[in-house]
Amino acid sequence: MGFKLEVVTPDRAFFSDEVDMVILRGIDGDFAVLKDRAPFITPLSIGQIRIKKDNKEMVAAMSGGYVSVTKEKTTVVTDSAEWPEEIDVERAEEAKKRAEKRLNGNKEGIDLLRAELAFRRAANRLEVAKKYKD
Amino acid sequence: MTESTRDIKRHIKGINSIKQITKAMELVASARLKRARDRMEKARPYYNTVYDSIMEVLNQVGNIDHPYLKVRDVKKSLYIVVTADRGLAGGFNSNINRLVESEIKDNKENVSLITVGTKARDYFRKREYNILSDLVGMTENPTFGHARSIANIALEAYRQEEVDEVKIVYTEFVSTITQKPKVIKLLPSDSLKADEKREKRAIVEFEPSSDEVLDYLIPKYIQSVVYGALIESSCSQQGARMTAMKNATDNAEEMIDDLQLTYNKARQAAITTEITEIVTGAEALK
Repeated sequence: MGFKLEVVTPDRAFFSDEVDMVILRGIDGDFAVLKDRAPFITPLSIGQIRIKKDNKEMVAAMSGGYVSVTKEKTTVVTDSAEWPEEIDVERAEEAKKRAEKRLNGNKEGIDLLRAELAFRRAANRLEVAKKYKD
Repeated sequence: MTESTRDIKRHIKGINSIKQITKAMELVASARLKRARDRMEKARPYYNTVYDSIMEVLNQVGNIDHPYLKVRDVKKSLYIVVTADRGLAGGFNSNINRLVESEIKDNKENVSLITVGTKARDYFRKREYNILSDLVGMTENPTFGHARSIANIALEAYRQEEVDEVKIVYTEFVSTITQKPKVIKLLPSDSLKADEKREKRAIVEFEPSSDEVLDYLIPKYIQSVVYGALIESSCSQQGARMTAMKNATDNAEEMIDDLQLTYNKARQAAITTEITEIVTGAEALK
């Protein structure tokens, strides 16, 4: 038997079920959470959530957040999460182009940072959509 | 009878078309209220989770000197004022604006504002308040992105010590017919305090460190409180508008009933007069 995983975003409870393993992207790289992991809280960067259950793998795109592991359950909190089939590829392409334009536009400080984040979110969505969309 | 029957008829017609409009607006507001409430329900787990996580961290590390939690002497304040973009919602907008003014009192020069909705923007701009930023056109459909940008402006101002406290003024949604204007202090937060009495739970690891986790979590919490306030305000807005429009429709109906009675009386009087005239005329011919 696995452990309880919850993924919550501001507009919905994205996922809630018993799973065997979840692989997340932390600040320094990917890590996996298994059953009975010691309690743990860490921020997450833009990347994928890979959920393994009964030898099946489900993948979703997420845009940063944090994970909190407690004895009862593991909770992933993120600003947005999408299954591959929910990703609006056109919109992501456009966002990517927009961000690229901004990155090349010699902006400074916070605008540059924002453009970079937007670029990474869009690129991540496209990657997930391409790889896992049937 | 001061009004002729034709005038009364026209008056009834006029009120009837107003009634139709208010009735339509009532229905629209009630449909939107339902959508807004759904969204409020969906946002709740997120808010609760973020709050629980912060408490977990604070309970473990104790009350630390985090820049966002430190209490400073209050010289300058920042208010986030949440109203609507459109009127016809009873006292919804004016209640908020009045509450903000009574909070600020005569301290206008030490206060800056972030306004949400055209009603607050116009009101405070006219009175020459210092408006840091304004958001309009999204009050009926707030997203987390809106909340994030509002919260980030406030957090930045607080961190740079441009302001020493941040409060948000919005309308709490109690029920469809009751909404209450409310002020909450966002920074330094009242609700984020370690509970000294609570027994320590299992030791939690923080990656990379508890400070960095809090650096991430506290802004997230503030953003989610702002998001909650925006959503609740959008529910209240629709609720207030629905009630206001329902009252307007009821009033219109009452007026139509009254006028109908006056009309019938006037008509009756006219007929009576006419008959009397005919009878007198016939009598005179005999």
